[in-house]
Amino acid sequence: MNWNEHLPALLLALPLLGAFLAPLCSLGGKTLRNAMLVAVSFFTLLVAFFLWRTVLADGIQYYVMGGENSRLALPSGMAIPIRIILEVDALSAFMALCGAIASFAGALFSLNYMSRFTGLSRFASLYLLLTAGMLGMMITGDIFNFFVFIEVSSIASFGLIAFWRDRPAAVEASFKYALISQVGSMLILVAAGCLYGKYNMLNMAAIGSALKMGAMEKVALVFLVGSLAMKCGAFPMHMWLPDGYAEAPTGVTCLLVAVSQASLYGLARVCFSVYGIAIGSAFIPWMIIVFGLASMFFGVAMAVVQHDMKRLIGYHSVSQVGYMLLGLGVGLLVLGDPRAMAEFGFTAITGGLFHAFNYTMYKALLFLAAGAVYYATGKRDLNDMGGLARRMPYTAVMFLIASAAISGLPPFNGFVSKLFIYESSFAVHPFLAVVALVTSVLTLASFVKVFQTAFLGPEKSVFAGVREVPPAMLAGMAVLTVVVLGLTLFPSWSIANLAEPAARALVDQSGYIGAIMGGGM
Amino acid sequence: MRPLSVVVRTGCDFFAWFMIVFGVNIVIHGYMTPGGGFQGGAIIATFLAFLLVSYGGKKVLSWVNEKIYEFLFEELGLICFFVLALLGIGNSFFYNFLASPLGAERTGILSLISPAGTTVFMSIAVGIEVTGALSLVIIAMFRGIRQFSVPNLPEEEIGHDR
Amino acid sequence: MIGNAPFFTVGILFMMGLVGIFMTRNLIKIAIAVSILGSSVNLFLVSLGYREGGSVPIHFLAGDGEIMVLPTPQAMTLTAIVIALAVTALLLSLIMLVWRHYGTIDVDEVRRLRG
Repeated sequence: MNWNEHLPALLLALPLLGAFLAPLCSLGGKTLRNAMLVAVSFFTLLVAFFLWRTVLADGIQYYVMGGENSRLALPSGMAIPIRIILEVDALSAFMALCGAIASFAGALFSLNYMSRFTGLSRFASLYLLLTAGMLGMMITGDIFNFFVFIEVSSIASFGLIAFWRDRPAAVEASFKYALISQVGSMLILVAAGCLYGKYNMLNMAAIGSALKMGAMEKVALVFLVGSLAMKCGAFPMHMWLPDGYAEAPTGVTCLLVAVSQASLYGLARVCFSVYGIAIGSAFIPWMIIVFGLASMFFGVAMAVVQHDMKRLIGYHSVSQVGYMLLGLGVGLLVLGDPRAMAEFGFTAITGGLFHAFNYTMYKALLFLAAGAVYYATGKRDLNDMGGLARRMPYTAVMFLIASAAISGLPPFNGFVSKLFIYESSFAVHPFLAVVALVTSVLTLASFVKVFQTAFLGPEKSVFAGVREVPPAMLAGMAVLTVVVLGLTLFPSWSIANLAEPAARALVDQSGYIGAIMGGGM
Repeated sequence: MRPLSVVVRTGCDFFAWFMIVFGVNIVIHGYMTPGGGFQGGAIIATFLAFLLVSYGGKKVLSWVNEKIYEFLFEELGLICFFVLALLGIGNSFFYNFLASPLGAERTGILSLISPAGTTVFMSIAVGIEVTGALSLVIIAMFRGIRQFSVPNLPEEEIGHDR
Repeated sequence: MIGNAPFFTVGILFMMGLVGIFMTRNLIKIAIAVSILGSSVNLFLVSLGYREGGSVPIHFLAGDGEIMVLPTPQAMTLTAIVIALAVTALLLSLIMLVWRHYGTIDVDEVRRLRG
């Protein structure tokens, strides 16, 4: 049997199998459960890596679930695809790789961090379900299946954010996230219903080939953009993000960062591959750009005044999502104009997507480092910390690398993607680039404050017994650090092999549609 | 919750096990009637709700064995579903290897389910799983009321800070 | 015009759900409003599949008629109902935990996360 053919289904089946087996493995004791969690995350990462290699070598991979042949998209002469089809192009494979790395790092970190909780079989099950939901969001080609995976990952994250159930703030954060997430998901379902009612098809490629812009499609687009921007943490709907990320156990936060990127992927997929140039007016791209600007500015403005470490990093998440929305919005704005596209539009999309990958890596690393500081010292408030660099040298170095990356200091990876976004947004209107630069400066100021307060300075006497965190947690952080350093040291390779194929696949709507509609046997 | 009067308890004695039969009927005929795994499973789970209302929390919670619901029902349903999905992996994941076209003749037990194929067994697996899951939800939410202490609670819940 | 009655109901129920989420103070009423929101979207999906004079979309139960209603929205609605059930179960469990920690389920009192 050709394993390459079944890779997309395997990418979903492995975390699901792990989630289903978690209660059984817990019967065998703590070691078996931990081993299963790490093994399943590692094999998911391997499958994501091989899938990425296959897509780069062979083009768009698709998989018909439950069909006689997994490549028979249009069975027995039908004109429209009738089964759920997973369609993996370069963008999906890129995001799946990013998400799988974050999931593996979080799983390694959770081995020790969660040792004081009970009910860990449920934790492993929910964690792997969240991974499966996130990966499903990224590789599916069917809009109702996309809704189902959004709900799977949302429900898993409600449970995981409230997992620290002795702390009232965690339960409150989870409840508020659940309310706003459920409203958003119901709007996505209404949009899917609108598109189904109009075209009688659920497959995204099929809808994209038949789409003609009318009132129903505009309603569906508005609902989809609004809800997916909410799930990324864009400005007016960002209230859940700092609370949710701060109160979740840290391994879970590492994965939640990647799950927000899956919603960003959904936004890009709907705007570029389903609607494409049929969007017509410039209203939606400008709305996305405005969301991006507002998120950037308000996120960093609220972050500068925080003194709880994880909440501060959570507010910076809001501002970093603004960068990606700015890049995608600029690309969407000039999608119909080939000259402007070649000049700055393609650079904007490449920058936005590369920033998504970089952001997941360094943001997850920041959260893991903050979690390590909490695990070692028991404190989350910056006012209580000081001089930890001598006691926790590895954590301090990794936090320093991640802070430099997020602030956009050359030569780190954050600088490269932010440079693309500055260049392209300047070509649209100089004000956009000014806001982006100001945000970058404020981010740098904020992280200088955090690093200096927490790690440098005289050591406090209360920290005399603090030791470095256990090796499993260091291994989790090291995975992310290796990726960040790899992206830093090989920027042109990363852009040519990671970001540009993804951006090209996103812009190429006819390729996305043709793989399903024109293909089959 | 206190046990209700003897009239209610007698009615419960009559009907509780019938509810399970009714639910199983809906699960098994899911491929041809409105029904199926989830709906039937939710009906079977009301068995426990019925008992809780009639007999009161203390008696039911000391009698019920959560491990049956967790491992025998929920895990078995999940594993069966996954194995059924994997069995068709030669063609694709979730391939319906037992289905046959409408006009074809099948013999033996397969003639009962021939157009539907594996969806019948997947429906039964989902029904078993939903039974276990919803019963666990009812038990967990009822235990959360904490009006009475129940001997040998499965394990003390520690949400990190206690 | 009368054929659009399900869609008007969908709109009214959706508005009721949204207003319920924003305006009520009791957390359980908010959970009920979320459930109403889910029900309205399920009604929308089912009523999308109706075709005039159609019968049950199962081959050996349909009878003599030639038109069947669409089965796909029915499958979508079933899935959405199951998802709404899971969310309701989680919301109610979270409300129980909130009551245990805060002692109140008034949404104005449950505000320890600020700033």
